[in-house]
This record gives sequence, C-alpha cells and structure tokens, in this order.
Amino acid sequence: MSEELFMFRLYISGDAPNSLQAIANLSQICETHLPDQYEIEIVDVLLDPKRALTEAIYMTPTLVTNSPYPGHRIVGTLSHTEPILQILGLGAARRRRFPGLKERVGGTQVRAE
Amino acid sequence: MTVSSKASTGIAGLDDITGGGLPQGRTTLLVGGSGSGKTILALQFLVHGAKDHDEPGIFVAFEERPARIVSNAETFGWNLADLQNEKLYFMDAQPMPDLVQSGTFDLSGMLAALGARIEEMGAKRIVFDALDIVLALLPDAAAQRREIYRLHAWLLSNDLTGIVTLKADSDEHGAMRQPYGFIQFMVDCAIILNHSVVLGVSQRNLRVQKYRGSSFDENEAPFLIGRSGFEVAVTRTIGRSDVQVTNERVASGVERLDTMLGGGYYRGASVLITGFPGTAKTTLSGAFAEAACARGERTMFVSFDSDSNEVIRNLGSVGIELNRFVENGTLHMVSARTITGSAETYLVRIKTLAREHRARCLVVDPVSTLSKSGNELTAHSVAERLIDWTKAEGITLVCTSLLDEMSSQSEAGSPLQISTLADTWIHLNYLVQAGERNRGMSIIKSRGTAHSNQVRELILSDAGITVTDTYTAGGEVLMGTMRWEKESAERHATEVAAVAAKLRNVRVEAEEAELEARVKSLQLELAAKMTEKAVLAKSAEVHHQELLLGRNRMRELRGSDVGPEELSVTR
Repeated sequence: MSEELFMFRLYISGDAPNSLQAIANLSQICETHLPDQYEIEIVDVLLDPKRALTEAIYMTPTLVTNSPYPGHRIVGTLSHTEPILQILGLGAARRRRFPGLKERVGGTQVRAE
Repeated sequence: MTVSSKASTGIAGLDDITGGGLPQGRTTLLVGGSGSGKTILALQFLVHGAKDHDEPGIFVAFEERPARIVSNAETFGWNLADLQNEKLYFMDAQPMPDLVQSGTFDLSGMLAALGARIEEMGAKRIVFDALDIVLALLPDAAAQRREIYRLHAWLLSNDLTGIVTLKADSDEHGAMRQPYGFIQFMVDCAIILNHSVVLGVSQRNLRVQKYRGSSFDENEAPFLIGRSGFEVAVTRTIGRSDVQVTNERVASGVERLDTMLGGGYYRGASVLITGFPGTAKTTLSGAFAEAACARGERTMFVSFDSDSNEVIRNLGSVGIELNRFVENGTLHMVSARTITGSAETYLVRIKTLAREHRARCLVVDPVSTLSKSGNELTAHSVAERLIDWTKAEGITLVCTSLLDEMSSQSEAGSPLQISTLADTWIHLNYLVQAGERNRGMSIIKSRGTAHSNQVRELILSDAGITVTDTYTAGGEVLMGTMRWEKESAERHATEVAAVAAKLRNVRVEAEEAELEARVKSLQLELAAKMTEKAVLAKSAEVHHQELLLGRNRMRELRGSDVGPEELSVTR
C-alpha cells in the first residue's frame, strides 16, 4: 500500500437515516481498504446551508474526494461498495493483481506494489 | 378562497381560468410533454412576481443550464439580467454527467441550500423545473415518493408558492400518461399542457385539472407562445360583461348602404360580409376602411388573400384611395398571406398588431381563412373570440367570409358559423340573367337597426361603389343591362304617353273654344230676333192705331151716332 492520503468530505443532512448510513459505510470502507490512509470531514448542510449552496451540494449524502486527483462526487448511502472502490483505484482488478495490468500515467493511478 | 390568496401568473388567460392565479403558499403541478411550454410558463410566473408583485423567486433547474434558460427567455423581452440575482435566482441543480451513485439519497441538501437563499432574498415564489430528472435517479418508487413528500412539506412550511414541472408523454389518443401520479393527489393545483399536431398544424392547449378550494374553468383552453411569452385564450366566462354599448353609428363607406342600415354600422359592432369569390367583399370592406380613415380613426386591414400593395392597387381601381392613409399612418395594412399556422396564432397576431396600432376599426379579409385545413375544430372558437375581443375593446370589426361555391351551405351560414355571432350580416351574390353576372347586395340581418330588406344592385365603377334599386317587374328582379333596358323602355313609354295627353288636351281646348264661339253667335242671333219681334209688334200697334184713327175719322165725317173707339194697346 502506498502512503498516499485519501481526503474525504461527506456532506450529510442532520441525522437523516441516509446520512447516518453513509457515515457508517464510509468508515467501514476506509477501515477495510485504507487503514491509516484517510481523513474524513463531515459537513452537515442543515447547520451550514450556505456551504451547500456555494459548493452546489443538492443531494445528500454526497461524498467528495479531492485527493488523490482527480476528485469525484459520489451520491448516496455508499451501500454499493464496488463502484466506490473502482473510482478510488482500489477496484477488484487491482486487488487480484491482474497480470496484464499496466501502469497508467495521469488519471487514476493504478500502482503496482 | 379569496382572490387575495392567489398568486397572479402574469398570464392573462390563465389568471382568468383560475380566477386570479395559482394558490398562494401552495404547490402547483405543471405537467406536459416535451416542448409544451412548461419552463416558459413557470419562468413567466417568477418574472411576473419579481417585477410586478415584489415577490422574489427562485428557479431550480434540473434539466437545463440556467444560462441557457436566461438566453432563451431574452426573446420574450423579460430582461432577466436586471432581475438576477436579487429578485430572481437560478439554481443549477442538474445532476453532473459523471455523477457516481451508490445507494439512495435525499434532497435535504438542496432544500437546506435553498432555505439559506430564500432567507437572503426573501423569496416568495419557487419553481422546480423538471423534477422528474432527479426523481429518476432514486432507486425505487418508495424513495421517489418520500422525496416528493419531503419537497411538498418543505414548500408548505416555507410558505412558498411553488410550481413543480414534470414531463409526461401523451399516447396516440392524446391522453396524457402521468408519471408519479400520486403527486397530483398531493398538490393543490394541477395544470396540464398539451401540444398536438392536427393535420400538420400545431395546436397547444392548457387545462386546469384540479384546483383545491377554488372554482376554475375546466375546459381546455388554447394557448400560444407568443412574442412576450405565454398567451392563453379564454372565451368570456358567464357573468362577465365589459362591453361598452353605444348608439354611435359609423359610416360603411357607401352612402346608400348607410341609408339601408338606418345610419351605418354601430360602433363596436361586428359586421360580416359573405359572398362568393369576386362579389366585391374586399371592395366593400375597403370602402369601410377608407371612410374610417377619412374620419381620422386608426384602422387595421388584415388581408389573408393578397399582398397589401395589391389590395391598395386593386381598391384604387374602384376609387378607394388607401395609399394616403397608409402614408400618414392612420391605416395599417397587414398581409398575412404567407403566414401559416394555427388559427390561434392568427388571432394572437391580429390582437397584438391591433393593440400596437391602437386600431379603432378592424377589417379581416377573409376571416374564413381561419378554418383552413387543420384548424376546423378551433376556428369557430377563434372567430368567436375575435368578435368577443373586438367588442370588449370597442373596435368596429368588418370581416368577410368566403362561401365556397361547391359547399352545400350556400347562404345558410358561413363555414365558421359566425353569421350567428355577427351583428350585421351583409350578403353579396351574383345574379345571372341574360348572359350577365350582376352583383346583388342584401342585408340579411342587422341587430338593433331597422334595415331595408330589398335586394340592391351593387355597381362598381372607377368613381366608387354605388348601390341602386333593382328593377322588379312581374315578380322578377332585373339587374345590369336588363334593368337598364327595362328602365329606358319605361322612360320612353312615359314620354309617349305624356305627348299623347298633351295632344288630347289641345284638342279638347279647341273644341271648347269652338263651342264657346258658337254660343256667342247664337246669343247674338237671339238678340236680333228679339229686336225684330219688338219691331214687328210696334209696327202692328201703329197700324192698328192708324186704322182706329181712320175709322173714328170716318165716323166723324159720316156723323155717326157711335162714339169713337177706345184705343187699346196690345203688346
């Protein structure tokens, strides 16, 4: 595992069930796949609606990743783990060390260990 | 519900249908297919609120980029740039194309953001345009329903007058398939926009499906997206009356026709001139236009048949000079020859142009164009509304209507059946006699005015239009040269009779003079006879006296003892 830090920002709305579920799911993904490699910032749009407005967060929960580049927006409770891992470059292909996989320059980096 | 609790939409027809506007502080659902005008209606509602009612509004765009909506709306002259962002705020809520979704979500983020914005600008109106886009992202019907309830509750708690638009397709029968049907049970007002094509002509209709706590017009009303936005056509609802009735007369442009009508058309009346092609309908309406312009009244002449320059030239040939009025701006000629479209489009254009020109007199030649193919169903209602509108505005309307020679309707009615609506109906027809076609004119009806019921002959010459009495002989109506022949024959016979009478008069006078002379001579003769008779009597007496004297003398001489005889005088 590389030492790269994953920065997550999760927009939630109070203690709505969807939001609570998203927090739980995100924590689990991070603990499983990125132990000690992540930071999560949680923004409650009910407490800071202006931030939702300026950052155009209209659906909650929304997960925003800014690092590693490029950023992504993932909407929903994060209950389907696989697409999230794909986006973060932690997809099943990499985990299985698919033999033909080549290193890409730019974009989502797939690193050989 | 009182009128004050309705939010005016700024769309005149829609406010009429709903009795003042959309329910204030409630949600209205707007359903329609693609290109049915949902966004424009919703945006016009916000613009009207922001401009005229000091009610700032927010437009949440799920489907289009706000910049595009703004630039599209520029064509309506709403000047959105002036209203942004204090009075009108656009929220770009399009889901990003690269959006990754994992599990369900809700809209509370958006509502929280909107809440902040509403507080900042004091918004009173809000539009969620194309809510279906975001609903489609939700994984199941339960989630969709949950978010709709959330939105509805939020709108109510914020005391916002809201419009939610949804796309809907119509099936082949034109019936609207309504997605998210339960929304309709939730909202307080639902409006359906329908866009259909009938025989190649686009027809747009609007219908208020429900309106809680208020009466409304339940019928489909045609509407149009015109130059300044939405225009909904409404026929007068029962009980509304804003017609200014006047006894003022306006000249028809033909002197004898005025006399026949007892002074001319009524101001604000609608006059229908029907007839086959070439019966001088245009000429008669041109005469009206000329007379109106000559009085200094602003007039608009809409010609569906020919180009305006052609109309002017053609009318010039019968002494109707319209050019000078076009030049001084009194007359506005509109050639609608090349315009195709729905009858509704025509009506709206005519209304707009007439308003711009501030016309007091309007000529539509011919109004039957409205019922061209594809418009049969709506044309009658359009003609009705044309008449209704001119009446309300106090505009005197003269329209011509073509009667198709092949049609069985003949004189019974015009294709639009506006003959029943028109106040005055003049019918022009041909009478074919002795190889000639002549134009006959009759007034079939004229409400509120005494009118002649005789058929007259209409004569067009370069001096203008004249109306003459027809010649009726032996139950036959004669026109043209036959009338002229009959008239001159009659004139001739009268002259002969006059001369004969004179001759006889002279003869009788001569006989009388002769008799008088004879009487005189007889009288003289009589006098002579009488004198003669007197002379005779006298001489007889003298003779008798002489005789007596002689006898007495003789007696004296004889010394007779008989005394002399007494002289007796007899006459």
